Amino acid sequence: MIEIENITKRYGETAVVDDVSLTIAPRTVTVIVGTSGSGKTTLLRMVNRLVEPTSGAIRLDGEDNRSLPGYELRRRIGYAIQGHGLFPHRTVAQNIATVPTLLGWERSRIDAKVEELLTLFQLDPAAFGPRFPHELSGGQQQRVGVARALAAEPKVLLMDEPFGALDPIIRAKAQDDLLAIQKHFETTIILVTHDMEEAFQLADHIAVMDKGKVVQYATPSEMLLKPATSFVESLIGVGERPYRLLAIAPVASAVEPGAAEGAPISSALTQREALAELLWSGRNALPVAGPDGAIIGKISLEGLARRAAGPT
Amino acid sequence: MMPKLPVFLRLAAFALLIAFLLQPQWFEPLLRPLVQDNAPVIYNQGSLLQLTLLHLRTVAMATVAATVVAIALAILVTRASGAEFLPLSRSLVNIGQTFPPVAVLALAVPIFGFGEKPTLIALFLYGLLPIFENALTGLTTLPPSVMEAARGAGMTGGQRLVKVELPLAMPVILAGIRLSIVISLATATIGSTVAAKTLGEVIIAGLQSNNLAFVVQGGLIVAALAVLLHDGLQAAERKLVARMGR
Repeated sequence: MIEIENITKRYGETAVVDDVSLTIAPRTVTVIVGTSGSGKTTLLRMVNRLVEPTSGAIRLDGEDNRSLPGYELRRRIGYAIQGHGLFPHRTVAQNIATVPTLLGWERSRIDAKVEELLTLFQLDPAAFGPRFPHELSGGQQQRVGVARALAAEPKVLLMDEPFGALDPIIRAKAQDDLLAIQKHFETTIILVTHDMEEAFQLADHIAVMDKGKVVQYATPSEMLLKPATSFVESLIGVGERPYRLLAIAPVASAVEPGAAEGAPISSALTQREALAELLWSGRNALPVAGPDGAIIGKISLEGLARRAAGPT
Repeated sequence: MMPKLPVFLRLAAFALLIAFLLQPQWFEPLLRPLVQDNAPVIYNQGSLLQLTLLHLRTVAMATVAATVVAIALAILVTRASGAEFLPLSRSLVNIGQTFPPVAVLALAVPIFGFGEKPTLIALFLYGLLPIFENALTGLTTLPPSVMEAARGAGMTGGQRLVKVELPLAMPVILAGIRLSIVISLATATIGSTVAAKTLGEVIIAGLQSNNLAFVVQGGLIVAALAVLLHDGLQAAERKLVARMGR
């Protein structure tokens, strides 16, 4: 649990972050979105005290984050940034081992962790461990950056536009991988982005920031159905609302009884993907296959249209 | 693989230099046309090898001292606590560079007497600037995302300096040291005007006795040393840079 309580950061007269309070549940993904200059990065950097707040407090599992020296706090919190920030003079394995080395882990434990993480991020440890960062592609560098942030098994992972430098295809893959890894390690993630698509894709909760204040803190569906201000509404994009609504719910929750013609689609897809499939195949309904491959019902255009409708 | 021509040329230059220092009389016929009849062709007031080693020792001592001081100063003024000393240290080091070495010698002799000491002081002051300026450049132009990651990973200030900043700045710092060494190799010859044992002795002896062969010997040895050291250090820098892929 992360409790952010009345946090304010001023530079001179201007408050970059203005009296922000948020409570973040453990093992969830919270995405902070906002335009540039909204104070979202500053808020994130106050959690691991790369920036010291002017007033207010941040508690991690009930413990004030000022009860430790800053550098010790930061060794306990994962931190991944845009453009990965890998150390160019160190190998991939040495980069990942950064925090465990600072913590004085034993050599064998560090090696085992590096190997585990590289495998988890689909990088062959024997091939990639000894390479230098410049010998990797952008997507690989980004994965190593996240692996480094997770090396000391932090409970909390802070990410500042971690996928900003990736092309769209690699970015989508990196986002899926991140969710899988978050489930695997049960990490609490706070991620900052200006990309609303990314926010809806990843978030359990979204905090929208504008001019230093949090204007809405809600689940993605709440935010879609009841945007707090016109700013939130414009950030979501009026034309995108029905599709976003479908994109945050799985096919499984829209299954209707009955049969349909054609190749079945997986119940694990999002409803938006199902809609795309329906439209593209020119059908009104498609059969849905459960996780074991058995047909569990159908999904129809009318059903999805009903679910994509906003509040009346 | 066939060795490349530049490598071959350097090896040849090095072999020639060693041969000349150990057996200078082999080269007598080459230099003979430069002197009048009966004048000595090869420097005969001391061993060329010994003078070369002393010359290198003087340069090495001055460069090591200048390196230590310049890098320490650069580290100091790039810390948050030392930033206010940046303009002051810059002007101090600049004064060291603008002061002509000969003037330093002239001023230092009355205090320290004739010999090696005034030369060391002049070379030290003269060598500071390139190393300081490069160390400063290296330490202030580090990639921001890398520095942010180092801080975010929980490195203390000292750990960031030793594990990230200095290794990343090293190629630029080495370039400064290389520059300083090359300048010092040439400047050290002036030290012989105040009785320091350097290769300048050979050149000065040649000028005094109107012996062009002496002047050429002294000058060529210094030039060969400078070129070879310059190339060797540059190769080391390239290796470092290639490893980091920058």
